[in-house]
Amino acid sequence: MTPNLERNALQTDTVFQTKDLNIYYGNFLAVRDVTIDIPKNAITAFIGPSGCGKSTVLRCFNRLNDLIKSFHIDGKIFYHGQDLYAPDVDPVEVRRQIGMVFQRPNPFPKSIYDNIAFGPRLLGYKGDMDELVERSLRGAALWEDVKDKLKVLGTDLSGGQQQRLCIARAIAVQPDVILMDEPCAALDPISTLKVEDLLQELKENYTIIIVTHNMQQASRASDFTAFYNVQANEKGQRTGYIVEYDRTEVIFQSPKNKSTQEYVSGRFG
Amino acid sequence: MTPQDFSSLASGRSLTRTLSSKTIFSNMMTGLAFACAVIALIPLVAVILYVLINGSVRLGPQLFTQLPPPPYQPTSPQFNSGGFGNAFVGTLMTVGIASLISIPFGVLAAIYLSEFARDTKIADAVNFMTNVLSGVPSIVMGVFAYGLIVLYTKSYSAFAAGFALAVLMLPTIVRTSTEALESVSGELRQASVGLGATNFQTVSRVILPAAVPAILTGVMLGVARAAGETAPVIFTALFNNFWNFDVWKPTATLSVLVYNFAVTPYKNWQELAWAAALVLVALVLVANILSRWLTQRKR
Repeated sequence: MTPNLERNALQTDTVFQTKDLNIYYGNFLAVRDVTIDIPKNAITAFIGPSGCGKSTVLRCFNRLNDLIKSFHIDGKIFYHGQDLYAPDVDPVEVRRQIGMVFQRPNPFPKSIYDNIAFGPRLLGYKGDMDELVERSLRGAALWEDVKDKLKVLGTDLSGGQQQRLCIARAIAVQPDVILMDEPCAALDPISTLKVEDLLQELKENYTIIIVTHNMQQASRASDFTAFYNVQANEKGQRTGYIVEYDRTEVIFQSPKNKSTQEYVSGRFG
Repeated sequence: MTPQDFSSLASGRSLTRTLSSKTIFSNMMTGLAFACAVIALIPLVAVILYVLINGSVRLGPQLFTQLPPPPYQPTSPQFNSGGFGNAFVGTLMTVGIASLISIPFGVLAAIYLSEFARDTKIADAVNFMTNVLSGVPSIVMGVFAYGLIVLYTKSYSAFAAGFALAVLMLPTIVRTSTEALESVSGELRQASVGLGATNFQTVSRVILPAAVPAILTGVMLGVARAAGETAPVIFTALFNNFWNFDVWKPTATLSVLVYNFAVTPYKNWQELAWAAALVLVALVLVANILSRWLTQRKR
């Protein structure tokens, strides 16, 4: 499914392309028929009711689902044209280029400085670490809050600050893409707004995919929106699928599908 | 039931305290529970007091610098001389060897069980065998080390005792370390993996540092238990009346010294046995306090 590319002049490149992607846990089909193009330097939101598989799809993009033993896919995911699940692709290298921010802030129980330096150290970064830490914290709009206490434990910050620390940690390795799995679900409204402002700055340099339950957030912050829904088969197994994928204003103002219309107007889900 | 029936249960009840049979029973049971808790403490306090009173008679630096004396009469001017410096060193030596063997093995096994084999048949099997091993009587460990090492090297030795104690400590270390590692949150694991860390990097830079205090607690408890064991040491380290720093030679230990000296008719040896018992109890106590301190400091 391709959003109306001809209507988007900024649209130059596609980062991810999936073709007939089916995601399984063992024999259970969790998500089916995902065919979607994720454009570069834009924010793409995944919305939909709980259990519709939007997080599952997100975690396929950096191969985090590989940690689950029964997980497997069929169909293809291309990342800049390269098959992400080809046998010769190293998932560790994939994750170094495709960063992730999780639903609950999960800073390491280390100092703020060491949290940021963690990724660059993994990659054997030889440059000026102090400068990289400052740049990353500025990039996540956290520098002013913490510049005098870089030795403080990251886990001692407030929830909103922790999440921005996790964003700073993700951008410290200068990834190509940042995946965000409900990054504001555990945050208060003010912290949420700060993160949303941050998203707008980040998309200058990064491609962002964000899963959210918050409809206002998707409509405010994203450029493209994919609406997922879930369908139960005769055995009661619930399989997610994409109902509609388009530019965000189309999804929220004139969706083609009736269930999209009902969901974004709050009539179900 | 109408709403009126419902409210009638609560309405009209007095709010003042009354001495009903229910409150009296409740207070009695609280008192009973308190009494039981005190009774359970009595043996512990009694043992510590008894050892403290009898052991402190001889307490002094000479205990750790001098060798065990020959039997003296209480009237002899040398009655109060002598110590068990060799046995103290021997205990540190055997427990040290045991730690050097069991800690790396135990912690690495725990890493495998918690990080790479969680919820697999292998992990179940290893856990089962660890539980069996922890229930094996300690004297069997002694016989095992005797057959494997003493007979082979043709000498009783500190190393053989260290090996026996290592096998004894292993289950404690594996179990506590596995629990410590498994309690590290999955979110941290995902954060690390999500940043492109390899398995080794995730374990060594995130999981282990987060679990170290709890692992140390387990190690300390294992060490404390091993230091007090007698049965596996009698067969393996035997005893030595003189200083020995060679791990391949028979070595004195505190626990065997207590065993040897306590049952003799000589008053000065009996007193030394009490003093050695006190030192052992103190070692266990220090290990426990140290491990609590380590776990609390990190939080």
